[in-house]
Amino acid sequence: MEVCNCIEPQWPADELLMKYQYISDFFIAIAYFSIPLELIYFVKKSAVFPYRWVLVQFGAFIVLCGATHLINLWTFTTHSRTVALVMTTAKVLTAVVSCATALMLVHIIPDLLSVKTRELFLKNKAAELDREMGLIRTQEETGRHVRMLTHEIRSTLDRHTILKTTLVELGRTLALEECALWMPTRTGLELQLSYTLRQQHPVEYTVPIQLPVISQVFGTSRAVKISPNSPVARLRPVSGKYMLGEVVAVRVPLLHLSNFQINDWPELSTKRYALMVLMLPSDSARQWHVHELELVEVVADQVAVALSHAAILEESMRARDLLMEQNVALDLARREAETAIRARNDFLAVMNHEMRTPMHAIIALSSLLQETELTPEQRLMVETILKSSNLLATLMNDVLDLSRLEDGSLQLDLGTFNLHSLFREVLNLIKPIAVVKKLPITLNLAPDLPEFVVGDEKRLMQIILNIVGNAVKFSKQGSISVTALVYKSDTRAPDFFVEPTGSHFYLRVKVKDLGAGINPQDIPKLFTKFAQTQSLATRSSGGSGLGLAISKRFVNLMEGNIWIESDGLGKGCTAIFDVKLGISNESKQSGVPKDPANNRHANFDGLKVLVMDENGVSRMVTKGLLVHIGCEVSTASTSEECLRAVSHEHKVVFMDVCMPGVENYQIALRIHEKFTKQRHQRPLLVALTGNTDKSTKDKCMSFGLDGVLLKPVSLDNMRNVLSDLLEHRVLYEAM
Amino acid sequence: MNTVVAQLQRQFQDYIVSLYQQGFLDNQFTELRNLQDEGTPDFVSEVVSLFFDDCAKLINNMSRSLEQPENVDFKQVDSGVHQLKGSSSSVGARRVKNVCISFKECCDVHNREGCLRCLQQVDYEYKMLKTKLEDLFKLEQRILQAGGTIPQVDIK
Repeated sequence: MEVCNCIEPQWPADELLMKYQYISDFFIAIAYFSIPLELIYFVKKSAVFPYRWVLVQFGAFIVLCGATHLINLWTFTTHSRTVALVMTTAKVLTAVVSCATALMLVHIIPDLLSVKTRELFLKNKAAELDREMGLIRTQEETGRHVRMLTHEIRSTLDRHTILKTTLVELGRTLALEECALWMPTRTGLELQLSYTLRQQHPVEYTVPIQLPVISQVFGTSRAVKISPNSPVARLRPVSGKYMLGEVVAVRVPLLHLSNFQINDWPELSTKRYALMVLMLPSDSARQWHVHELELVEVVADQVAVALSHAAILEESMRARDLLMEQNVALDLARREAETAIRARNDFLAVMNHEMRTPMHAIIALSSLLQETELTPEQRLMVETILKSSNLLATLMNDVLDLSRLEDGSLQLDLGTFNLHSLFREVLNLIKPIAVVKKLPITLNLAPDLPEFVVGDEKRLMQIILNIVGNAVKFSKQGSISVTALVYKSDTRAPDFFVEPTGSHFYLRVKVKDLGAGINPQDIPKLFTKFAQTQSLATRSSGGSGLGLAISKRFVNLMEGNIWIESDGLGKGCTAIFDVKLGISNESKQSGVPKDPANNRHANFDGLKVLVMDENGVSRMVTKGLLVHIGCEVSTASTSEECLRAVSHEHKVVFMDVCMPGVENYQIALRIHEKFTKQRHQRPLLVALTGNTDKSTKDKCMSFGLDGVLLKPVSLDNMRNVLSDLLEHRVLYEAM
Repeated sequence: MNTVVAQLQRQFQDYIVSLYQQGFLDNQFTELRNLQDEGTPDFVSEVVSLFFDDCAKLINNMSRSLEQPENVDFKQVDSGVHQLKGSSSSVGARRVKNVCISFKECCDVHNREGCLRCLQQVDYEYKMLKTKLEDLFKLEQRILQAGGTIPQVDIK
């Protein structure tokens, strides 16, 4: 501040100077007054100004200084004491305020200065944040691109679409000039250019897989920058002026179905990769940024997964199509099989009846013919006819039986029977022939062999008969032994395991003969249908060759096993079979009780039967027998009487056929005739005869009789026969 | 009383066993006896008497056929033998049946002498059996009258 001189002016000539001083003071005063006003004005304008107090102080200081200068205007001339006083006051005040302000400023100015540095600092920070935000935004963009890409790629399960979409989207996202995919060839030794972005039909380039650049790329899961001049990057003919953009390559793992173990992560054990090559536009100064590389890597992985999904789907679709095809084929085959079975069953049903009837007629009439007067040549012819037709009938039966066996429709008729007596019966049947051939037969039943067993009696008998019959048939000399025992575990049995349960046991029957023997090579053929060993001796024995096959089927049905051992031709052979039988709980045979129990009568109570016998005595005996059993018996002594008396009420007709000649057999035919219309009402016809050799039996069968009984009939026998007859409607199987 | 019955029964048993052992009867006779029950108490005797009547008749017929040395009707004889054989086996008359078998053989070969011999034998046998069985039935009646029951005889 200028020192104010309150000295009286010495030289009045300096009035100019004084005038200048006067004007300057005036202007200073104005300035001093206006500065605070300006300050106030602008501070008021700005909302934020932290140092208002300082401003006030400053304003006061300036105002006072201005006031001082203003008052100074009056001190140039003589002034009164009041003015001097005011001036002094003003000066004092100004001094105070100035000192205060000076003191204040010491604090304020550093602060103000620091504001500036803070401002600078914040600006820098803002710039930095701006940069970072830019980065984040870019990353977010990238992420969005990846998601979209992934979405595009994964939205389809078609391999080509996946790959094409990848290239397209990548090209778009990263603004690529060219993008290409190299797939490994089938041999795995080369990479083939499979897809490109820009070129529609890429030329089929291949590069060997062993190139160093390729190995480098395959060695890492990251995207690798490669030289634009490497073979994989040369995708189009290069014209000279282009400066090729940077190229990046990344491996795309091709995952195999087999890679996906259940418990492990997929191992890239097959190490099959495809190569994706991305080219930035030429002549742009663009560089690959990190985030772009990351994007590429992520996309490559996604593509791998998408491809494997597509592969899996393809696989499962193919499998499903295959299954469907197979299903259709199976269905067709099943329907065809069913049709075939139905046709076969219809055929069998027809055969069963329709074939037997003419056979009966042929056999019957041939027998009749045999009984008439014939010349020896005619007799020979008729005998041949009869023999052939009998053979044919047997063959038919066997074949029909076998067909029923084969298609599994045959079921065992289980029942309780006496095993011991079964063997004895078989032996009794075979004994006549054996005696004629002078072959002694012995039967050995093991002591622990149960007497009463549960099983299919008829079929078991058929099996034993067949085997023993064969033994007799094919032996010219020697003896035949039949052994029956309970089978225990035996290592010799071919894959046959014994599980003896409480109620079942395995019966083993061995039939050993010292006859012709069998060549070990022929043994497997024995059980096949229609096959017979070719030796002349056996040929002449006749037979259809089905017996063993049928026996084998029966044995199998009985959960057993049958086989033949032979030491060779001429050394005899042993036939062995095992079958499963149940042990009967009954101590008594379910057949005949020793005492005439009344319950047996119940079975035949009131059963109407007709007895035809010319012999009064045997007629009476038979009648007595049947009455004792409980039947209602009518009698007839002649065929005419019988024919007149027979009606649908009679369930069984017993006819005596002992008389030589065929008149009695004829009655059977005539009864058949009588009931042609109502076949099911026809009574069963049983012949009572004194001999049951095969010819009589055949004769009876041919005349349509349902059974043959040997006279004299015992009570037990009659009971058994009747119950058998009524159950099965035919009796021949037991013979 | 019991002792009487028991004695009679034992006598019956011994007698019938002897008949079997001597070959007069066989199993068929046992069967016949089995057929007899409360409903048919006279079954056996009826059958047997019918048999004997039949025998008489047949033997008569056959002897007439065999009378003439020439033109013997062997067919008729054969049928007669056949009938006889059938009846005897139905009844269990073993000896008679056996004779019939040899009778038939003679008949088959048209041996008149043989046939005559067999005829004689048959005649003898059936009459013998008739007597024996009559005795047996008498025994049975006595047992029944004495209040006992006819024992079941098991012939082995």
